[in-house]
Amino acid sequence: MMSSNKGKTLIRHTILILVAFTTIFPFYWMIATSLKPDDTITNLQLFPDPIDLSHYPYVLQNSNILHGFLNSTIITVLTVAGMLFTSSMAAYAFSKIPFRGKGFIFACLLGTMMVPGMVTLIPQYILFSKLRWVDSFLPLIVPGCFINAYGVFLLRSFMISLPDSYIESAKLDGCSQIRIYRSIIMPLCKPALLALALICFIGYWNNFLGQLIYLNSEKNFTVVLAISTFKDAYSTQYGNMMAASTVSIIPIIIMYLFSQKFFVEGIALSGVKA
Amino acid sequence: MSDKKSSFTKKDSLWGYIMVSPQIIGLLVFVAFPVAMAFYLCFTRWDMINPPQFIGLANFKSVFIEDKDVFWKTIYNTFILLAGIIPLTVICSLGLALLCNKQIKGLGFYKAAYFLPMVTSAVSIALVWFWLYTPDFGLINSVLAMIGIKNGPGWLTDTSWAKVAIIIMSVWMKLGYYFILFLAGLKGIPRTYYEAAEIDGASSFYVLRRVTLPLLSPVTFFCVVMLFIDFFNLFDVPFVLTRGGPAYSTYTLVIYVYNQAFEFFKMGQAAVSSMLLFIVVATVTAIQFALSKRMVNYDVQ
Repeated sequence: MMSSNKGKTLIRHTILILVAFTTIFPFYWMIATSLKPDDTITNLQLFPDPIDLSHYPYVLQNSNILHGFLNSTIITVLTVAGMLFTSSMAAYAFSKIPFRGKGFIFACLLGTMMVPGMVTLIPQYILFSKLRWVDSFLPLIVPGCFINAYGVFLLRSFMISLPDSYIESAKLDGCSQIRIYRSIIMPLCKPALLALALICFIGYWNNFLGQLIYLNSEKNFTVVLAISTFKDAYSTQYGNMMAASTVSIIPIIIMYLFSQKFFVEGIALSGVKA
Repeated sequence: MSDKKSSFTKKDSLWGYIMVSPQIIGLLVFVAFPVAMAFYLCFTRWDMINPPQFIGLANFKSVFIEDKDVFWKTIYNTFILLAGIIPLTVICSLGLALLCNKQIKGLGFYKAAYFLPMVTSAVSIALVWFWLYTPDFGLINSVLAMIGIKNGPGWLTDTSWAKVAIIIMSVWMKLGYYFILFLAGLKGIPRTYYEAAEIDGASSFYVLRRVTLPLLSPVTFFCVVMLFIDFFNLFDVPFVLTRGGPAYSTYTLVIYVYNQAFEFFKMGQAAVSSMLLFIVVATVTAIQFALSKRMVNYDVQ
């Protein structure tokens, strides 16, 4: 009995480690290739030997990645801030305030998640063209601030489990709904807000399609767009391509490694409450 | 809802409406109105330069009949990719979650590792996969050569293997997310069920089939619905890896719409194909919900 258990555990961990290897290896390979001198790249050695750092200055000089970081950060931070505000307000109302038609409105909001992005993309593009917002950050920021059914859903699930007694006593003290929202609900929601902020940060940062169609001038390019154009120009220079990928990914990965617990918990939360 | 209406006044109701209004405005302006407009666009010719002209059903004719080689190939490709990505993702992520369902060392590490591909942009990591998939000196074919498979597949340059390449990369990216969802779902199954089954002497396979999977069905259902919706939004991976090639072999419906709209500026035709996309997603989701009544147990008793 004991040895069969040990055997099972060994097999279990072997499989799990193999899978972890496949998810991590491409990243290692990316970094390793970016540090190899051009003529050793096709040798496919596991370690770079010697280590060649020249791809990185080349990438930084021949692409807009650094400026892209500035643009990406502006767009993403503004969108996340706006989204948190509107989603949390709506989530509070859906979870704690009774009003007529609430169920129907919530169902409609959830229904938007089913609409494929492509369907709304074309009319939105036409709308933003007419507003002359194309080639600016606005088409990327404004919609994200105003609608995020996933965010409302996640926060509402979390808020439902907050005790009503806090709200009751606040109302007895004469607090307005806004006051309750701001001073009671929001502080209690910090973990859920953080998880949502992280998930949406990644989503908005990596929104390739939106950035592709709305950002035309190079000065407005985000990191993701800069990488895409770099690939088109230098697609056979593997060392440089890998360096470009590394530069674009490393900040996000570092952010992820520090906050990964929140991501995982946030997603687990959204699934369980479904 | 509870009967606490007595402590909520009409004024509170008003605040309720005010607080949901930004999201509702967003819904109307950025979703409902565009969908209606997309419907209208199906019947117009509009290239963004000249004003739109009403042309009745001509767009439908262009897409389904005149463009039929590309269009039906697109449908075929979309179907193949769907049939590859969805079952594979479910099986792999569920399998991994089942393996992780005990108290095992390093669970935090595994979670972090499996979720890692999700946070990177497909564009950035696609460059790496592009390099891995290179037929002559990419790593994948070199490893295959080492185990005796010379002349590995052409991957991104081969019309059949390109689809496989996309399936592999897509599953790789999504695995972590669905793994987390399944893991959370498994944790929600009370231990008492397992204990009861153990007392009755059930084999672990039996437990899996008769206890775990049925109790997991709400989560599985949620995952499959999300996978479908996700799939019809999949743009980055096929676009960056193959741009729909070679020879239209990885041309999905989403890429088709994109090209019609933003390469050829045929807004009317793009609208027709995007409405088709919408109908497919809505229908599939509706079917899933209908089937769920029979196959999903929400009742934990």
